[in-house]
Amino acid sequence: MSHHSIAVTNLAFSYPDGTAALNGVTFEITHGESVAIVGANGAGKSTLLMHLNGFLSPTSGSVRIGDIPVTKSTLPGIRKTVGMVFQDPDDQLFMPTVFEDVAFGPMNLGLPAEEVDTRVAEALTRVGALKLKDRPPYRLSGGEKRAVAIATVLAMWPNVLVMDEPSSNLDPRARRRLIELLGTFEHTKIIATHDLDLALDLCDRTIIMNDGVVTADGPTSEIFSDDALLDASGLERPLSMQGCPVCGSA
Amino acid sequence: MSSIETGLYELGQLDRLASQDTSVHRLDPRAKVITTLVFLVAVVSFGKYDILGMLPFALFPIVMASEGQLPFRFLVRKLLVVAPFALVIGFFNPWIDREIIAYLGGLGISGGWISYASIIIRFLLTTSAALVLIGTTGMLGVCMAIERLGAPDVFATQLLFLYRYIFVLGEEAMRMARARALRSFGSRGMGVHVYGQMLGQLLLRTYDRAQRVYLAMQCRGFDGHVRIMRKLHLTSRDVAFTLGWSAAFVLFRLYNVPLLVGQFVTGLIT
Repeated sequence: MSHHSIAVTNLAFSYPDGTAALNGVTFEITHGESVAIVGANGAGKSTLLMHLNGFLSPTSGSVRIGDIPVTKSTLPGIRKTVGMVFQDPDDQLFMPTVFEDVAFGPMNLGLPAEEVDTRVAEALTRVGALKLKDRPPYRLSGGEKRAVAIATVLAMWPNVLVMDEPSSNLDPRARRRLIELLGTFEHTKIIATHDLDLALDLCDRTIIMNDGVVTADGPTSEIFSDDALLDASGLERPLSMQGCPVCGSA
Repeated sequence: MSSIETGLYELGQLDRLASQDTSVHRLDPRAKVITTLVFLVAVVSFGKYDILGMLPFALFPIVMASEGQLPFRFLVRKLLVVAPFALVIGFFNPWIDREIIAYLGGLGISGGWISYASIIIRFLLTTSAALVLIGTTGMLGVCMAIERLGAPDVFATQLLFLYRYIFVLGEEAMRMARARALRSFGSRGMGVHVYGQMLGQLLLRTYDRAQRVYLAMQCRGFDGHVRIMRKLHLTSRDVAFTLGWSAAFVLFRLYNVPLLVGQFVTGLIT
């Protein structure tokens, strides 16, 4: 098994206040797959993502990244393998300049300075943000922040990319650019999103969550055509699969 | 613009000034930090009735600001913002200390007024030096310098994060204030009670964000030590800058230069 696969088995988690967020989630994602995790607000998506990186430890069940179970002792390795892009780039960009920020991960990996330099340049070029490298993160636009946040993760060369709502707060063009960018990545991708059109464009497979359990898991196009399932999960068909509002044709 | 907004904007402006490229900006941050430290210690160590001896120290912020192309009006505006603190601190001196210790023409001046003036001059000197340091070095530079100079890691990290997130916090506070203003129709939005709740709310949000930021840091292998990539090079120019100014400060401190000049000039005339 490669490092690129993820196996979640009977994962259950309750917050300290007793709220059960996950009630036995099981799925497996293999190398190079691109999977959307969708579900209404409060369905448990974010809680699930937090487990993939070991931020939360399961009440019961287990998570394995490749051959390695996620436990306290394996965390450093896991966090190197699984790159996480947070929903709010302001949480992710905490250094005074874009360059320092992208360099933060590689520096912590203990890489030599020249290697850090090349990785930063490469990651920033990849997301088209190299020209921003000396700017302070708080003065970037939403789209730029998002691109840089993705670069900070890419610079660590993760095998798996986990993203929480990557298209939130982006204008249409920035969103389109993001979708194109993500489409070029060959990493195993897990994208939690409400943007079902993005899921349709990027992910062959979709997992629907509802009340802390997986209610459906299959090819994206099939899942998004099942109106009864979508309705029960508090979702709607992606806009591109709905009829045209002007002429009425499908 | 609300006062928070203006404050944030001006803070950002200081940052933009710091990214200029002048001979002062190119100096090693450590040289500037050490020189500023010597300056501060020298200024603060003056006696409470000293005024004249401190005047030559104004040379440092003035030279640095003009060499570093910091707009004079901007600095003055910043000084005025902080000025009330200094004005209040010495406010009672003239009332408490009424002993006449100097005569200006026929007018007797009490020790209180002199020490009050001394406090204000001290404030002007130290604050402008600090502003000039930030404006020519940038927050990152100052953090790096104090870390390299052996200050505990925690200090540098705290300062770095304080500066990074003050903008985020400020914007959050601004949005809340705006939301309240929109629904309080010119009145005070139900007064102190709501104000307190808003502050509490802000604290909770900050706490949440701190947690998320920490997660993001852990995600990228944070081990309690923030490594800053940029290398610092101390050149002979930096050493000359530090030693030159420090020597001048020691000189200004030990000898009352304006007095000596005055005596010299008087000596020439008579």
